[in-house]
Amino acid sequence: MAAPIGQPRVRIPAQARAGEVIEVRTLISHIMETGQRRDQAGAVIPRDIIKRFEAKFDGQLVFAMDLAPAISANPYIAFPFKVEKAGTFEFTWTNDAGEQRKATNEIKLA
Amino acid sequence: MGKVAGLTLGGAALAAGLALAQGGAPEPQRAIPDPQSGRHFATPETLAIQDDDFQNPAMLWAEEGEAAWSRVEGTAGQSCASCHNDGTQTMRGVRARMPAYHARLNRVVTLEQQINICRTERMGAPALPVDSRPLNAITTYVALQSRGMPVNVDISGPARPFFDAGERFYNTRRGQLDMRCGSCHEDNYGRSLRADLLSQGMSNGFPTYRLKEQRVISLQFRLQGCVNDVRGEAPPMGGEEFTNLEFYLAWRAQGLPVESPSVRR
Amino acid sequence: MDTIATPTRRGMLALAAGGVAITLLPRPASAQLAAPTQAAIDRIRGGRTPQEGRVTLRVPPIAENGNTVPLTVSVESPMTTADHVKAIHVFADRNPTPDIATFHMTPAMGRASADTRIRLGQTQDVVALAEMSDGSLFIARAEVKVTIGGCGG
Repeated sequence: MAAPIGQPRVRIPAQARAGEVIEVRTLISHIMETGQRRDQAGAVIPRDIIKRFEAKFDGQLVFAMDLAPAISANPYIAFPFKVEKAGTFEFTWTNDAGEQRKATNEIKLA
Repeated sequence: MGKVAGLTLGGAALAAGLALAQGGAPEPQRAIPDPQSGRHFATPETLAIQDDDFQNPAMLWAEEGEAAWSRVEGTAGQSCASCHNDGTQTMRGVRARMPAYHARLNRVVTLEQQINICRTERMGAPALPVDSRPLNAITTYVALQSRGMPVNVDISGPARPFFDAGERFYNTRRGQLDMRCGSCHEDNYGRSLRADLLSQGMSNGFPTYRLKEQRVISLQFRLQGCVNDVRGEAPPMGGEEFTNLEFYLAWRAQGLPVESPSVRR
Repeated sequence: MDTIATPTRRGMLALAAGGVAITLLPRPASAQLAAPTQAAIDRIRGGRTPQEGRVTLRVPPIAENGNTVPLTVSVESPMTTADHVKAIHVFADRNPTPDIATFHMTPAMGRASADTRIRLGQTQDVVALAEMSDGSLFIARAEVKVTIGGCGG
């Protein structure tokens, strides 16, 4: 059974000026099990990571990240975004098992 | 020097005698009167993670604790909020004065133990395991409400024997390395143990997000690590010895601002 | 003892100065990489030769713990439809496997930059390889010293 993907945290300004480059910051609770560790009985603990993160703005892919086991537990991901219009961000985190967690955030024009 | 020290000791003994004559234990003296938080011994990168409430991964635990605060559990149909309402108001200062003496139980209890007392006695819910994620989450949420407030535990009166027991544990050499807590955290803070810069072992940042564990840990989990490091046999988390030690450690850090949840290596 | 203590002291000096200890430690991209890292880079570059420059890789010179090392990578680019960064691949030269992450980028970002936190098993170089929309490649590397503490507990 895959480890739980926790509730994500996302921080973006609620509003921005057209043409402004804002910072989008995300944090999600996840163990990011590497597949390199062994349990007390010596058995390999199977790999279980968030392997993909996507950020879409009004349905258009803006930024994506492929994650390897070398990403720390509770992945922190931040990237810039140039605001041109009001709209809705949709963020998706996907684990090795294909399970997803989503979050949405709206941006208004100042 | 020896003479002066002798005089001082004599004076202290006299004062202690007077205090005892008046029915009180002598006022304990701190080896580090002006303590420094663990943040003083952390790198700028680590502090940058702690000081940004968005980046600080311990806030994930605080949010889980906040959700658990108003979740009904147990046979009594109650949540933490049933008695304590809005935790951001009612829990202000609680972390700063814990551990504290519990009269009915006639012992000192930690914040974690008090949460479990509420669960078992008021909510009819099972106690959460020591250092477990759900317990650390509620502890982190409660501790966060005291952030910035000075540590201020009460060691007077009936609490004093438990403080003294904690002090004895602190000062007892143990393990194959034959070290007391102060061997690192009083005699050698600011020096390197291999690449680790030794801190004063102040507890004002707990619960803490530990980079090594990549999770929030309780103070007693860290204490187990310390005893293991001196190749000693650690007592159980949640037991009497570590609880009294935690009480003594809080007094060592008296006056330092609560930093929970801190980030440490 | 002294040699091990030195990095920590340097870290403390940076702390005392109030400075940010994130320092760029550029290395010649030509220096020999471990075979798995080189193979991963070769798969991306095909016949192309990466150039140095334009990529800024910000990692701490000394990591207190290798499990959580902050990383920022950015590339000089106008990020227009005609001229932008398509992807930045990040590798750890001495981890059990070299892959750390690939950041896929679009002109909508306005700037080519990303932040995350990474795991490094030992002292090693981190390598960033940027793929531009015109097919050119830029590379940068920086060393992170991963300290081994006395407090295993």
